[in-house]
Amino acid sequence: MAVFNLNVNGKKRKVDVDPDTPMLWVLRDHLNLVGTKFGCGIAQCGACTIHADGNAIRSCSTPISAVGDMEIVTIEGLSPNGNHPVQEAWIEHDVPQCGYCQAGQIMNAAAFLKKNPNPSKEEITSAMSGNICRCGTYTRINAAIQTASKKS
Amino acid sequence: MKLNKGMNRRNFLKVSAASGTGLVIGFNWLAGCTPTNPEMSVPKSWTDINAYIKVADNGLVTIFSPNPEIGQNIKTAMPLIVAEELDVDWKKVIVEQADLNTIKYNRQVAGGSQSIRASWDGLRQAGATAKHMLRQAAANQWKIDISEVNTEGGELINAKTGDKLDYGDVAVAAASLPIPEDVKLKDVKDFKLIGTHVKNVDGEKIITGQPLFGIDYNREGQVIAMLIHAPAFGMKLKSYDAEAAKAMPGVDDVFVVDTSLEEPQWSDVNAFNELIVITGQTTWQVMKAKKAVNAEWEAVTPLENSDEHFAKLLDGVERQKGRVLREDGNIDAALQGAAKVVEKTYTAPFLAHNTMEPMNFFAHVTPDKAELVGPIQTPESLRGTIMKVLGMNEDQVTIAMTRMGGGFGRRLYGNFGLEATLISKKVGKPVKLIYTREDDMTQGTYRPAYRVKYTAGLDENNNLVAFKAKAAGIPGSPLFPDRFPAGTVDNYKGEGVNIDTNISTGAWRAPRSNFIAGAEQSFIDEVAEASGKDPIDFRLELFDRAINNPVGENNDYDAARYAGVLKLVKEKANWGQDMPGVSRGVAAYYCHNSYVAQVVDVVMKNNEPVVQKVWCAVDCGIVVNKEGAINQIEGGIIDGIGHAMYSQLTFKDGKPEQENFHQYDLIRNVQTPEIEAFFVENDIHPTGLGEPSLPPVIGALANALYKATGTRFYNQPFTKAKQADEILVG
Ligand code: FES
Ligand code: FES
Repeated sequence: MAVFNLNVNGKKRKVDVDPDTPMLWVLRDHLNLVGTKFGCGIAQCGACTIHADGNAIRSCSTPISAVGDMEIVTIEGLSPNGNHPVQEAWIEHDVPQCGYCQAGQIMNAAAFLKKNPNPSKEEITSAMSGNICRCGTYTRINAAIQTASKKS
Repeated sequence: MKLNKGMNRRNFLKVSAASGTGLVIGFNWLAGCTPTNPEMSVPKSWTDINAYIKVADNGLVTIFSPNPEIGQNIKTAMPLIVAEELDVDWKKVIVEQADLNTIKYNRQVAGGSQSIRASWDGLRQAGATAKHMLRQAAANQWKIDISEVNTEGGELINAKTGDKLDYGDVAVAAASLPIPEDVKLKDVKDFKLIGTHVKNVDGEKIITGQPLFGIDYNREGQVIAMLIHAPAFGMKLKSYDAEAAKAMPGVDDVFVVDTSLEEPQWSDVNAFNELIVITGQTTWQVMKAKKAVNAEWEAVTPLENSDEHFAKLLDGVERQKGRVLREDGNIDAALQGAAKVVEKTYTAPFLAHNTMEPMNFFAHVTPDKAELVGPIQTPESLRGTIMKVLGMNEDQVTIAMTRMGGGFGRRLYGNFGLEATLISKKVGKPVKLIYTREDDMTQGTYRPAYRVKYTAGLDENNNLVAFKAKAAGIPGSPLFPDRFPAGTVDNYKGEGVNIDTNISTGAWRAPRSNFIAGAEQSFIDEVAEASGKDPIDFRLELFDRAINNPVGENNDYDAARYAGVLKLVKEKANWGQDMPGVSRGVAAYYCHNSYVAQVVDVVMKNNEPVVQKVWCAVDCGIVVNKEGAINQIEGGIIDGIGHAMYSQLTFKDGKPEQENFHQYDLIRNVQTPEIEAFFVENDIHPTGLGEPSLPPVIGALANALYKATGTRFYNQPFTKAKQADEILVG
């Protein structure tokens, strides 16, 4: 076990865990931030996507020891009131079915749009193809990203 | 309309009496389930009107959604039906998930696309009865006749004076009134909410990452549990060594539980009853300890391989005598006399459900109580199993349903709930059981593997005169003998063959239809081609026959509605118009009492076929929530295309060869077509929608791929299986 000082959603958080503990489980089990989801544990589905210094990363495959003082943002901290343009577009297009993959989809989309504010449809679909939606909401995800890109 | 179960007088009286004696249920509506009008004041008291409805003093209305939510969006649609008849402004409505309560509610199951179909009348009555009582209470207060009290948006209006009361103003008085026996339901033409586009009631919570799912549920003092099941179907535990695992930090214990049941019910499907359990403090610690357990397993029944499955299915279709499921006319004579005969065979592999949220459940068992919380499509069945295993009564076992990260049929089978219960009983603590993705994918309860051979005969005028289907499945035949094309052809024969296996299988979104529709509609396309007719015209001719002069009496579809969706998609997609570079395929299918016809457009990009667009016409009767309905249709189409193209579960020595998403391909964003959906407008009782758009798209896809590539796709998954004829008839 070791003590780590994290910067999560703008707050300093201290946790005492094994250094190999993935950020996913640090968030879910130790910081009570359960919005970040477990889907595969091997960086294949994107359900666990969070931001580290603004980059979308797979928290299931990122040990806490690799995080250091990076600014971590989770779905709970993406915006104060669920009003990030991507979140608003998600509501406008009524994207979710079961909803389980959506935190990861939103986090990936938000990081992508920050780097590429005016993406083409091809750029959107290829940027989003690491995130599985088993319910098949892909067409709505893409429409929502287009809406959000126009707003941001 | 008469009251039905969940709406009967006894229940009405029970809750009403409670309210009448001043019972108010405190409830923090800010923690409720819908983006309600934030300007409204916080309610001080609530009054139960009936099992579905409670009204606050300030006019907010809570509507309970009785059924489990798996992503089919009934948590929005079911309360919407109540709200329609109650005549309440949707912005004043808070939706809450009901717990399992078989006294109050009917059929709390998510399965068979039945939620709306089976509850439509009851939900309408719940709303209409409550509205009647609120109107009566207002009439009493105004000293006028009930006929002079109108309602709108949660307000009561005095027709004489124009005075207004809020539902909240009369809720307490209404709750103590007698329950009307017979209430008038709205005319379909007066619907204000039903048929509109209403957003998911959990949308805000989902996009902000609020805890909604079973896996998000935590309880003070709980332990985390994970399982190790046998690595292969047919194996059982020989011995295990857990010393190293037990010594690891955060690990409480490692032990074995046996979940076998003396009298299993249908929902107790489970191939792995003997399980090694690891309990500990945190998920990661338990996950690591799980890898440190050394277990030895031994084969007790034959370890099966996918090539054997293929051979058994082939043998079943080609050499075994099937059960005759339906026979019209004389199939052999008709085929002998036919001018042309077409014969083709189709196959599909086992599939895993792969819900995005892996199986999990919370249980807390004490000597006199079992409390369960989690994602389950069949809470009542699970309760029955838990009662038997623990020797408890119905009122000792509670089940709270969480939102589910997907169901697709997997969560009809609640083995994980039983496992969590037995682990909690053993450790004497609250337990949260979590499967890894690997546990989930290799646990079983798969979509069966299938094979069907079709033979069709055309006469010299290219009319269909004979149709034969022989279908085999591991473990059960996929054929629906009384569905199309039965009823449209004089000589018909349907046969089924069942093949044993030790691999556990279960319902997977649109059971049997998820294979047979694609096969049948691909074959019909090939027969239409042999007849020289347009594939839509060919089908419409058959439906004409079934409308005007049906063969047999047990045809379980309405041929006119079937033809209706085909005609609608034909018109919307501009079928027949020349579209350079676009290859089109069509299919139509009936299941879950709904009719779907689709046109798939495929284009070639870099010499690869790409699905560009799917046009989809649906007749599901009255559409409750258009937004949710279209989302379901899109999801079913993407699901169907994805599994037909990319997905399979194969076995080597009883062991699934795909354990996680690096080996099991699911459709990805970039592979997804554009989709446009159209509804047949009618006033018919609503029918299923969670499943019906999936099955036919596989046929329409195969038919479009054929036009694009010249290859007929007989074997799923299309991108991986060989399509050559020789492996089909060997
Ligand atoms: S859980 Fe991290 S990518 Fe799937
Ligand atoms: S909405 Fe269910 S997995 Fe994406």
